[in-house]
Amino acid sequence: MNDESLVRAGKTPVGRRMFLGLVALGAAGVAFGSQVQKLVGNKLGSGIASLLPGGDHFRIYTISGGFPTISTDKYQLKVSGLVDTPLTLSFSDLQSLPSIHMVKGFQCVTGWRVNNVPWKGVPLSHILKMVGAHSDAVAVSFDSYDNTDSESLLIDQAHLADVIVAYEMYGQTVTREHGGPVRLVVPQMYGYKSLKWLSGIRVVNHVEPGFWEQNGYPVNGWLDGSTGVTNPTPRLS
Amino acid sequence: MVRLLRFDGVQRSVHWLNALLFGALIFTGIPLYFGSFFGVIFPRHEIQEIHLWTGLMLPLPIVVSLLGPWGRRMRQDLHRCSYWSKAELRWLWTLGRERIDLDKYNPGQKANGLFIGAAIIVLWVSGYVLQWFRFFPVSWREGATVTHDFWAFAVFVVVAGHIFMALTHREAMVSMLKGTVSEKWAQTHAKEWVDEESAT
Repeated sequence: MNDESLVRAGKTPVGRRMFLGLVALGAAGVAFGSQVQKLVGNKLGSGIASLLPGGDHFRIYTISGGFPTISTDKYQLKVSGLVDTPLTLSFSDLQSLPSIHMVKGFQCVTGWRVNNVPWKGVPLSHILKMVGAHSDAVAVSFDSYDNTDSESLLIDQAHLADVIVAYEMYGQTVTREHGGPVRLVVPQMYGYKSLKWLSGIRVVNHVEPGFWEQNGYPVNGWLDGSTGVTNPTPRLS
Repeated sequence: MVRLLRFDGVQRSVHWLNALLFGALIFTGIPLYFGSFFGVIFPRHEIQEIHLWTGLMLPLPIVVSLLGPWGRRMRQDLHRCSYWSKAELRWLWTLGRERIDLDKYNPGQKANGLFIGAAIIVLWVSGYVLQWFRFFPVSWREGATVTHDFWAFAVFVVVAGHIFMALTHREAMVSMLKGTVSEKWAQTHAKEWVDEESAT
């Protein structure tokens, strides 16, 4: 059997075209799927978009083999390091501090994204001011109740107005799966910088790369690229 | 009773290796996909590694069988899937209601093969972007996430349909185990192929 006999039988390479068409469709999905998803999300609202494969939903991971359960009564946030007055804040202490409300997209470094997530929390800069962070401090390290995850921000990054210690998400106390009752939110960086189950804030004199950075993610997790940069460089906006 | 060889040993091995790899990918893909929505606790890292390595190997059986000297029948059948008559297209369009002399594979089977072949490429490439994301722009990572999820869904549906058709068409299924079909079956289900075989 050869091409000639098939041509004689009146057959054309339609199947090959179908195959190439499907592969092209897949390639277009990788290249433009992000725009299509945004369009669908805007047209249908994120409720319906979240039902579609790949759509607007959080993917919940744990790196410690479980989710730490911390009740709001027992919750404690220790603030220490290069500060004038170390503090331990309870959940209600945090609620009584000046708070901001913001609606931000949540972008994972691996490629999923959730649009328009409402957060409420205390600006980290306010907490740093309360404890009197020393002027020669270089960075801030964050610890998690899961005893595994950790994060760090340069001192200037930590003072960005939208970096918050969040205790509400979608109008309710942050749930356990989402890192509740209290988590860090750094909306200008990839999701891994927004440490879950925040237990400690330490003001330090050098950058301590966090869990994900030790596993190869950039210390600077800016959303607009610069993922190849592994040296911390301050940048404010 | 004359029996015709439908699938040689290479083709049967490729089919069952594919089935094994796809099975493992679906089995590990389900918790990876749904588990992360509901925060289910499972050995994510280990399952992710199995999914990754199985996925990387997925194209191997087809590629190796097509390229080697053992792949004459694979190449012939690839050719059959590539070339379609107008009547075959109408058959697909009318979901088999139009009676035609069928080739070795009916248009539905040809389309299934083409779709799975394309899906392997699309899932492999989008999976590569997801795993080695740092070499690709964020919009590609998002696109790869959507594409990988969507195509995985489609493969799941097609594979389920494929298994359903196999279970309800016994002789066709047995030919993927033993290799041959009866001439009677072939006269009904693959007349064009029988004529072609007897002409050579």
